Amino acid sequence: MAINTNIEETSPELERLKKLYADKGFVVTSINNLINWARTGSLHWMTFGLACCAVEMMHVGTPRYDVERFGAAPRASPRHADVLIVAGTLTNKMAAALRKAYDQMPEPRYVISMGSCANGGGYYHYSYSVVRGCDRIIPVDVYVPGCPPTAEGLLYGLLQLQKKIRREGNIKR
Amino acid sequence: MSEQIEMAKAAIEKNCKLNDIDVNLGQLQLSVDPANLILVIDFVKNDPSCEFKQITDIAGVDFPENEKRFEVIYHFLSFRFNLRLRIKTQISEVESLPSITSIFPAANWFEREAFDMYGITFTDHPDLRRILTDYGFEGYPLRKDFPLTGNVEIRYDEIDKKIVHEPVKLQQDFRNFDIQSPWEGTKYLDKEAKESE
Repeated sequence: MAINTNIEETSPELERLKKLYADKGFVVTSINNLINWARTGSLHWMTFGLACCAVEMMHVGTPRYDVERFGAAPRASPRHADVLIVAGTLTNKMAAALRKAYDQMPEPRYVISMGSCANGGGYYHYSYSVVRGCDRIIPVDVYVPGCPPTAEGLLYGLLQLQKKIRREGNIKR
Repeated sequence: MSEQIEMAKAAIEKNCKLNDIDVNLGQLQLSVDPANLILVIDFVKNDPSCEFKQITDIAGVDFPENEKRFEVIYHFLSFRFNLRLRIKTQISEVESLPSITSIFPAANWFEREAFDMYGITFTDHPDLRRILTDYGFEGYPLRKDFPLTGNVEIRYDEIDKKIVHEPVKLQQDFRNFDIQSPWEGTKYLDKEAKESE
């Protein structure tokens, strides 16, 4: 499942334990693997829909694309969420609210920037009232390109985020 | 429907001080002085042959070359006669218009928007402050002399732990798109002919 970053995982001692317990109803794994499995398996995403991208974000949550089969369920409160999906044009007036929502999220927290506007201002790059990329306000983990990205695009972005979390592979962030 | 327009037009012409009245594409269009605005709007709302009971929008236009710089256009709808009406008026930068919130409470936010975008002030408005732009925003973005990118941009400062405003520094210069051709540096025959002349 996870990429082996830990040398301990391949030690002969561990292999012996695995063999010993495999047919007795137990699974032997490292604590890092277990935590990664738990983290990637329940990415509660916070809906931060700002524009048309929000519609594609909704599609991801509905049964056709069904992001919940990857363990990701929508949450309305930032205090319950692991992932913040910035879906749409971030305006200057909204920026403070976005930062406030992000600051309320518990660690470990991740951000997906969805669509051209959130990535770099997009169509409104030269506007007087739009932030030229939401990464000026909060740190972003995954950028999903498109205007708007398809629901599959966002789903792929979420899978990339899971991969990224697995690669980091430790408790401390 | 045309006879209703004629009736409304006759009534307005008879009872209001107008600069101009016109029927355009089946819609009435008046031009009035700011001093007569309240009276005209009150009349077209309550007169039985007009009954423009709904205000659709208040629009502003900026003509920097004119002495009276701003044109303000009020849009009305009459359910009763299925008619639409535009009332135009012009003011300079230092003048202000009378607020029509006493006649149409719905005009409150429209006037706030006109104030926000153009800096047009309305006297006797109950709560004239910005409505759309950022808190602490300076300038009037829809005026022709306002720069497209504005004067400030924002970012989050990791040291101060707050959002800071800074002068605009564009990472990407303005681009002039040639919509006729996807290739750069295309020469067009008519342009070349002009250059050779």
